[in-house]
Amino acid sequence: MAKMHVKMNVNGAEVESLVEPRTLLIHHLRETLNLTGPHIGCDTTHCGACTIDMDGKSVKSCTVFAVQADGAMITTIEGMANPDGTLHALQEGFRMMHGLQCGFCTPGMIVRAHRLLKEIPNPTEDEIRFGIAGNLCRCTGYQNIVKAIQYAAAKLSGAPMQEAAE
Amino acid sequence: MSVIPAPFSYHRPKSIAEATALLAEHNDEARILAGGQSLIPMMKFRLAAPEHLVDVGAIAELKGIQRVGDALVIGAMTTQHELQLSKTATDAAPILKEASLLIADPQVRYMGTLGGNVANGDPGNDMPAVMMCLDAAYRIMGAAGPRTVKARDFYEGTYATALATGEILTAIEIPVPPAGHGYAYEKLKRKIGDYATAAAGVVLTTRGGRIATCAIALSNLADKAVLATDAAATLIGTALEKPALDKAIAAARAIMSPAADTRGTTEYRTAVGGVMVERALRRALARAKG
Ligand SMILES: Cc1cc2nc3c(=O)[nH]c(=O)nc-3n(C[C@H](O)[C@H](O)[C@H](O)COP(=O)(O)OP(=O)(O)OC[C@H]3O[C@@H](n4cnc5c(N)ncnc54)[C@H](O)[C@@H]3O)c2cc1C
Ligand code: FES
Ligand code: FES
Repeated sequence: MAKMHVKMNVNGAEVESLVEPRTLLIHHLRETLNLTGPHIGCDTTHCGACTIDMDGKSVKSCTVFAVQADGAMITTIEGMANPDGTLHALQEGFRMMHGLQCGFCTPGMIVRAHRLLKEIPNPTEDEIRFGIAGNLCRCTGYQNIVKAIQYAAAKLSGAPMQEAAE
Repeated sequence: MSVIPAPFSYHRPKSIAEATALLAEHNDEARILAGGQSLIPMMKFRLAAPEHLVDVGAIAELKGIQRVGDALVIGAMTTQHELQLSKTATDAAPILKEASLLIADPQVRYMGTLGGNVANGDPGNDMPAVMMCLDAAYRIMGAAGPRTVKARDFYEGTYATALATGEILTAIEIPVPPAGHGYAYEKLKRKIGDYATAAAGVVLTTRGGRIATCAIALSNLADKAVLATDAAATLIGTALEKPALDKAIAAARAIMSPAADTRGTTEYRTAVGGVMVERALRRALARAKG
């Protein structure tokens, strides 16, 4: 099938490419644009490791065609750090609160939590758990992921910061 | 297990007219792409391999939620996420938001559309039963012109619906239930992001605390969403007193035929199907005013 021309803004940069219509966005990001932060965990729309932000929505990029993202604004984990290179509050929260072990789910978790905090800046624990229900973690038991998101919510809303969990 | 879809040509029409023309041109070889949250997984497993994919995501006419007199009109491309945020929809028929929040997970709800959910024809979809409870009608457009089919007449079997090749479901028209109506959608699932082991929706009205009108519909308990007409009829004039309630649950179970699968045996799913009906009825009655 003829390749199609697509243009998207990925982490602030305009990128134009030719893609086969059947190319999934996750493959386009990982294999063409070399953005290997979003992971492929299940490839069946269940695990959320491939989550990216597309036009203000948390999306499983294994379940979107790259052609559907023509004209879209996309953020992956590679675009999360602050412009000065320091860690985003969520990245810092995951480090401080031990929100990761193997780290496989983390890029999806952080990008998803970013959209959650944009929509609900001060979520309750229940809202956090419901909000990240599309992201599976095989390691942490979620406890410290919830704490990491709470850390980021507090930091982003200007609260004085607590020390790291031990 | 392949997870790369078969090749296809991609089309992104800007209007319903352009989309129906494309569908007419490619006929059986074309498939509509909405939110893609059912179709793309099927294409990855090669359970579907359309040669032409008509993405209706750029058609502005298919978007939006409006109150038009006594009806709520929801564009087919409205996502679950947009539906949940719509005060117009929730004020008119709160069962929509209640059921929508029980579908899939946040990411799937950002992409998945109401039109796709009701047009898909998977008995595991939750919105068909909700639309049956509300007596919604589906607006359909094809090369031959527009028509309307009631949700209650739309489902024929697993992945078999009244939609003909080349037709697009454009909007869902819901007669707004009376103020003070009772409603509930009860869904048993193993975890968030799972289809129902058993689910039931109820919309009812009361007079003097007794049920005046009642609709009960079931999800994932047969080869399609089904309306439990006999069960509902036994409850008119009652306040869910024991003999009538038991009769209704038995009547609902009589039309259940869930497949044995990883969610349970036929017997188990039928048993909990009755429990979902009872819970939905009780919650709906408690919410009703009148
Ligand atoms: C992990 C996971 C869990 C899920 N859990 C649930 C659940 O609990 N409950 C539930 O109800 N659903 C569930 N789903 C399915 C989800 O809700 C889908 O979004 C929905 O079934 C289809 O909507 P869509 O917009 O994604 O449509 P698509 O996937 O794009 O299309 C589905 C089908 O409908 C057809 N179609 C779509 N729109 C139209 C239209 N306007 N006119 C005519 N035909 C059309 C397509 O051609 C296709 O055959 C789940 C999905 C996933 C991936
Ligand atoms: S890889 Fe996309 S959801 Fe698991
Ligand atoms: S940290 Fe290993 S999967 Fe989440």
